[in-house]
Amino acid sequence: MAATLAQKIIARASRRVSVRPGEIVTAGIDLAMIHDSGGPRRVEPILKDLGVGLFDAGKVVLISDHFVPGDTDEGARILELTRAWAKERKVAFHDGQGICHVVLPEKGHLKPGMFVVGGDSHSPTGGAFGTYMFGIGATEMAGVLATGEIWLRVPETILIEWQNRLGTGVVAKDMMLALCGRLGMGGGKYEAVEYTGEAVRALSMQERMTMSNMAAELGAQAGLIAPDRTTADWLAAHNGDAGDWQSLFTDPDAAVLEHHVFDAATLEPQVAAPHSPANAMAAKDAPATAIDVAYIGACTGAKYDDLAAAAAILRGQKLAAGVEMMVAPSSRDDQKRAEDEGLMKVFEDIGARILPNACGICAGYGTDRLGEDVTCISSTARNFQGRMGANSSKVWLGSPLTVAASAIEGRVADPRHHLPSEARA
Amino acid sequence: MNRVFLVGDNIDTDQLAPGQYMRGGIEELARHSLEAVRPDFASSVRPGDVLVGGENFGIGSSREQAAEALRHLGVACVIAQSFAGIFYRNAINLGLPVLVGKDLSHVEDGDPCRFDIDAGELALTAKNTTLRLEPLPENLKQMLSDGGLVPHLKKRFAAKRKDEARQ
Repeated sequence: MAATLAQKIIARASRRVSVRPGEIVTAGIDLAMIHDSGGPRRVEPILKDLGVGLFDAGKVVLISDHFVPGDTDEGARILELTRAWAKERKVAFHDGQGICHVVLPEKGHLKPGMFVVGGDSHSPTGGAFGTYMFGIGATEMAGVLATGEIWLRVPETILIEWQNRLGTGVVAKDMMLALCGRLGMGGGKYEAVEYTGEAVRALSMQERMTMSNMAAELGAQAGLIAPDRTTADWLAAHNGDAGDWQSLFTDPDAAVLEHHVFDAATLEPQVAAPHSPANAMAAKDAPATAIDVAYIGACTGAKYDDLAAAAAILRGQKLAAGVEMMVAPSSRDDQKRAEDEGLMKVFEDIGARILPNACGICAGYGTDRLGEDVTCISSTARNFQGRMGANSSKVWLGSPLTVAASAIEGRVADPRHHLPSEARA
Repeated sequence: MNRVFLVGDNIDTDQLAPGQYMRGGIEELARHSLEAVRPDFASSVRPGDVLVGGENFGIGSSREQAAEALRHLGVACVIAQSFAGIFYRNAINLGLPVLVGKDLSHVEDGDPCRFDIDAGELALTAKNTTLRLEPLPENLKQMLSDGGLVPHLKKRFAAKRKDEARQ
């Protein structure tokens, strides 16, 4: 029977030959990812209350990122508790290595076809690897850790096809902001979104991760991309294993709920005005908006590919007067590579403050926050009111290139005027 | 007498549980719930009141404090035209009823109301109008009647232990 990629993975996880959209099934968990914020401090009291241990410590990965670097008393206490729990429960633990969504695949934990839950809304990132992965809250995670299973309604699939190739200066973040604008934050309907088409196949794995991650901003449960040679090669280079990925695709005759087609070649750099990613528009059409802060950070905006793109624009340039720039590389490995290639020096030379490999301002949990009435342009995924600081602060979203160009101009800017000459040619 | 608190579309988790009060625990967090869009909400909502939203209620983060804050304030249920998936799951897991109502056009802010979860109805008592809400799937009804996921699992584990003891 013809099936979508999502249905194939869910059928296997729920030990069924096939599943139909709308059915409620119970699926076995291949992996559960938790972080310092929603993890040990919230799940352990529930496990104690239930009087049970972990269903399988070998299938749990803990990553500290939300309260890193522990610059408040509370944050430091939470990190201590997180470390102690990792030791006691004997789970894989990556401490201060970077943001969970980036570190999880980077350390080889994900494999195409797996059924995975994460204690964070941006968990659909795993979909970039052909993994069915979605975010859940802490109480539900405690239930997963106790039982090794979870219920779900088998989703319909919404196919999003990007034909042709992206133009110069246009990246995955622009595709996602455009989708948020076109489909809205409920456009994913808590179904499985699957990205296809030439432009998607041409993306690097880190760019694909940005697409899958922001399936959360579309309100989808999962954001899948069928695994291919690019996936297999990337995993092989990151201590991973793509396994038997060849059968993991949506059958051509499988029924889907919606099929949207977009032209990547005509897409222009996008920005989203405060306070919703759905307030998307072409950067060139944005109203004149002076910015105070330019932020390169988060799981969707400070991976190696993002840092490289931003640095190419910033090299040899100066920040506009009065603009503060901050860069929080998504992972230690990505920062190391950027250092080796001289990219971090570009950020230092321009006067950017380098923040730890963690969620940083995006989560709004530490001492670095946006003050009253500050206008920020940010490479993060989400610009809800008050998320990154004061309720009166305003966050514009853009690609890392757009943030870099805006930092130079001192206002929301189109990055295409700032591309290095070799990229423009 | 219970009342309706009406809010608009796209109520997000940062509005329900603002990050800057996250450190203060649920008590403090609940005091600031929805203050960005309805500053009077937390101080005037009373146990048994009903929150009615539009499309895509609860979009955003997986932080379950968004649902926990409403439960803490005594909100009897949230009714919306549609819900964001993670919020919906979190609410049920915490024992907060969330129901979809497709036509909410008659609901006005401050309407006196009576919510009946078994019937899946919201009665607008001053208007003599009763709104039919979409029925919950059986597994979620069970979870809610147990009081949420933790009591539900306790019941399940207790039954399993009893079974094992019997064998």
